[in-house]
Amino acid sequence: MVDRTIAFVRTEDVPAMPPPPNATGPAKWVKDNLFATPANSVLTILAILAIYFILSGSVPWMLNGIWASPSLAVCREILDGASGACFAVLAERWNQLLFGFQYPADLYWRPGLAFVLLFFAAAPVLFFDLPRKLLIFTALYPFIAFWLIWGGSIFGPLLALLGIVAGAFFYQKFVKNSFALGFFGAIVTALVVWTVGGYIIPDGEIAEGAMRSVPSRDLGGFMLNMMLGVTCVSLSLPIGIALALGRQSSMPIIKYICVIFIEFIRGVPLITLLFVANVMLGYFFPPGSGVDLFLRVVIMITMFSAAYIAEVIRGGLAALPKGQYEAADSLGLDYAQAMRLIILPQALKISIPGIVNVSVGLFKDTTLVSVISMFDLVGMIRGPILASVEWQGVYWELFGFAALLFFITCYGISQYSQWLERRLATDHR
Amino acid sequence: MKKTAFYGALAVAGLAASTASAATLDDVKARGVLNCGVTTGLVGFASPDANGVWNGFDVGVCRAVAAAVLGDSDAVEFIPTTGKTRFTALASGEIDVLARNTTWTFSRDVDLKFEFVGINYYDGQGFMVPRDLGVASAKDLDGATVCIQTGTTTELNLADFFRSNSISYEPVPIETNAEAQQQYLAGACDVYTTDASGLAATRASFENPGDHVLLPEIISKEPLGPLVRHGDNDWGDIVRWSLNALIAAEELGVTSANVEELGAAPTGNPEVNRLLGTEGELGAMLGLEADWAKNAIAAGGNYGELFEKNIGENTPIGLARGLNAQWTDGGLLYSPPFR
Amino acid sequence: MTSITDPPRGSFQLSMLINDTRYRSYTFQAIAFIVLALSIGYLINNLFTNLAAQGLDIDFGFLGAPAGYDINQRLIEYTSQSTNLRAAFVGILNTLLVAFLACVTATIFGVLAGVLRLSNNWLVRKLMAIYVEIFRNIPVLIWVLIIFTIMIAVLPGPREFRGDDPAATMFLGISAFTNRGVYIPLPFFERGFGGGLDFLMVIVVLVGSFFGARAVTARATRIQEATGERPATLLTNLAIWFGPLIAIFLIFGLSFEVPELKGFNFAGGIKVGGPLIAIWFALSIYTGAFIAENVRAGIQAVSKGQTEAAGALGIRPGRIMSLVVLPQALRVIIPPLISNYLNITKNSSLAILVGYADVTATLGGITLNQTGRAIECILLLMLFYLTISLLISAVINVYNNAIKLKER
Repeated sequence: MVDRTIAFVRTEDVPAMPPPPNATGPAKWVKDNLFATPANSVLTILAILAIYFILSGSVPWMLNGIWASPSLAVCREILDGASGACFAVLAERWNQLLFGFQYPADLYWRPGLAFVLLFFAAAPVLFFDLPRKLLIFTALYPFIAFWLIWGGSIFGPLLALLGIVAGAFFYQKFVKNSFALGFFGAIVTALVVWTVGGYIIPDGEIAEGAMRSVPSRDLGGFMLNMMLGVTCVSLSLPIGIALALGRQSSMPIIKYICVIFIEFIRGVPLITLLFVANVMLGYFFPPGSGVDLFLRVVIMITMFSAAYIAEVIRGGLAALPKGQYEAADSLGLDYAQAMRLIILPQALKISIPGIVNVSVGLFKDTTLVSVISMFDLVGMIRGPILASVEWQGVYWELFGFAALLFFITCYGISQYSQWLERRLATDHR
Repeated sequence: MKKTAFYGALAVAGLAASTASAATLDDVKARGVLNCGVTTGLVGFASPDANGVWNGFDVGVCRAVAAAVLGDSDAVEFIPTTGKTRFTALASGEIDVLARNTTWTFSRDVDLKFEFVGINYYDGQGFMVPRDLGVASAKDLDGATVCIQTGTTTELNLADFFRSNSISYEPVPIETNAEAQQQYLAGACDVYTTDASGLAATRASFENPGDHVLLPEIISKEPLGPLVRHGDNDWGDIVRWSLNALIAAEELGVTSANVEELGAAPTGNPEVNRLLGTEGELGAMLGLEADWAKNAIAAGGNYGELFEKNIGENTPIGLARGLNAQWTDGGLLYSPPFR
Repeated sequence: MTSITDPPRGSFQLSMLINDTRYRSYTFQAIAFIVLALSIGYLINNLFTNLAAQGLDIDFGFLGAPAGYDINQRLIEYTSQSTNLRAAFVGILNTLLVAFLACVTATIFGVLAGVLRLSNNWLVRKLMAIYVEIFRNIPVLIWVLIIFTIMIAVLPGPREFRGDDPAATMFLGISAFTNRGVYIPLPFFERGFGGGLDFLMVIVVLVGSFFGARAVTARATRIQEATGERPATLLTNLAIWFGPLIAIFLIFGLSFEVPELKGFNFAGGIKVGGPLIAIWFALSIYTGAFIAENVRAGIQAVSKGQTEAAGALGIRPGRIMSLVVLPQALRVIIPPLISNYLNITKNSSLAILVGYADVTATLGGITLNQTGRAIECILLLMLFYLTISLLISAVINVYNNAIKLKER
């Protein structure tokens, strides 16, 4: 026998063949993702048709847009029958859409600055990695923004700040003895400072100059939506926490007060609450106190969002393992300490995404104030702009603009919320 | 606002227990601004321009009152109200006077506790239809779809008119004038009905006003006038006589052009003298300066001037004086004497 | 010294109201109650002082007075001479109508979009994501206005159907889509008994067919269990469903009243009003985006093992979804779904923007304006919405208790 090599056994690898053209690259992707089954193909074709119809209608319309024109009639003349948008209305009335039609034009920088500062104030709250010292600016922001937007003498916001600082100081001093004493004492301190200060400080109205007073009914446009949204959400957070704790409380009277309040507010549409602010609330204040519409609306929207936030936080409280409550009890902490040091920090952390969702919903709902003749973004469109001789009949451009502003804001916030959710989720692993 | 908000917050806390409200005149003087309720936008009567400055016939009345009380026709804060919010705004003290095409009716005067101080425009409810519909009379409107501005007397008049003529219709209630125009122009309703003046104003703002006709029927009396709250008669007097001053000024030939000259020294006409404060104490009786009426007239002119400038035949709205002429010219305008 | 476990009894001191946890809660509650009672008393006192100062009062007598205005969309008999109370009822029924319709269509949109968002088809997935994000992030008020404007501007007015060479024509010659509403043919029997009786007859026949079809299916299942072979039931079922119906239609002469242009409007047929369509569609498509998210979350909450197990058993993908995944996902989907229904009901108050006569537009709108009884109207309005909400909440609670996983 001679040594024979076995002819049919290979000793080296066959070089890999390229995969068939329809199982790789874009072709495979298209096949797997668009035309996997006949039903899928039908869906794809329908989707392409839908996209085509939407784009073929809107793209030429947008590209043909006229940006400079004094009125819709002139726009139509320029377009001469062709399809095209009349964006000139935005170019001419952008200031009214953003700031309302009564805010003095030379003072636009004030709300603008307040808006920019809002990001700096919100950043340390939204992103935990930033230095905690920045929270001082967040605490100062409401007073700065208030002063920037309404103007007038600096003493008013200063006094408000002073009252709160005095209250905080009192709280720091006495919370060691008893939480109730510290907490309620702080409130009384702040009220005393405000009342006394109210007699001392000069009248806040300033008629001239860069910081002159602007009455709150002159606020309008998107600025009004932003202000209502930011103010009401921030005010409703503490109230919502209190309501949520009250609802979990073992004291029946307090529990039922909270339950009735929450269920009542959640049971009626915001629009009826705004009617209340508009036509009823004035009757509940002392005669002649002249609480203006803006403040009444803030009160009602705050109550509204507080009820929803309370439900979110209640969910957070319920989601905490029972062991946390028991652990706090076994350490001998009293109710206030347990809540402050153990329960709430965890419950709030769980609730943040829910709170953000409620806030987005609330921000969108601020457009309802246009129904009670306040001139927010939608109110400006439905009222003065569409009623003017030049621009009546310009709908798509204006509604599109409003939709775009809200989409950018709300989508931004909800993306943040999702990011936060992912981050919080990893913390638990 | 700041202080208001601040004290308002205190009031909520239950701390501020302020006393009963002072007289409206004192409030206005202390505030330095007159709060005047107007429409959210009706060209010719009250509408803001691109700079946010309000113009119009009703606005002119507001400015005249402000000039009479405060001596400054710009010291007015115009507060836009809808059909729904106007009465509560007045009742709650948010506005001092409502000058917003409001019809003087029994129930508003008596049941809602308001005081109409006079009539600045005699109006009636009319119908507007597209010309190509070929309708000549409102009685031909059987089965038509009608756009109405909700919250106004026109809603009730319309129901009465169609019921008494035994013809049917379909109402489309709409919140604002702008939205009514949108629906009417798109053909979502056949007819638009509101006060004839409002129809003229609306038609004036159309691209092709000639394509639309106003039907001859006027189905109601709509005396439009400014109103104030019940109970403060002094304030009611001020608004009433500011309006009368404008009407009387036209009758007496006092215009914004010659009011300075006529008011500088007593003239031969004693009523002009009393009106302009060069004779007698009429201003002091109202609690105002002696030249209150002079300021009111100088603010925007007399009634006739205001009419011509805002809604008269030379404006796009093009309303004839008609019932709103002086009584000496066969109209209904008749100011009680200044004596 | 007494022992710690046996605190002194009887020696009650005033300071214990604050310092003793046994009594402290009573103190707190008493304080809270007194503060609440005082604030409410203060507010009500203000209310009556203010009302008295203006010579007004609270009086519900206006509900019995004639309303004086007409309503275009009504489910019950109503004329301008009917009372305000009846106008409010017309509004309530309209609210319930639009809320019901919108709940049904929003569910359809939502389930479709939610399922398609998890589809294998990249394009469809992305398109649905865009739909959901766009509708969730723009206020419903703007959507209502946009959809109403689209309807008004894009659909033709009845006028355009007129003339020899009309700008618009009827769909298939039997239905008209106008910016005042949609007119569709009204079916009726030429040789019928008239009105409700015909309708009742059709219902009876349909119910009969239902039970017949069920019996056939049950028999097929019995045979399948006994022999393993399932007899074909499709044809029998089709015959049972449609046979009697077609027979009735033929015997009594089914025909259609086709809407036609008469005077200013289309007459005849069934009219679905434009404002109703606008608010209905706007609420459905807006809430549909939210429901889509719930559906997606619910489906993703079903563990992947379930799908894989079903796949291993050889069940086809479509049936996996309907037989395995959706039934389990429903437990997660339904509670938020019901709260979305609640939102639809509350958001239907925006009907006022499009001229649909819901309860906010009649009771809280026209009646309020015409009578000036703001406080009374708004209280009644809130009472209505509150009742509806509490009813729906009760349903949620019952459902949650019923489906709670029974743990031992």
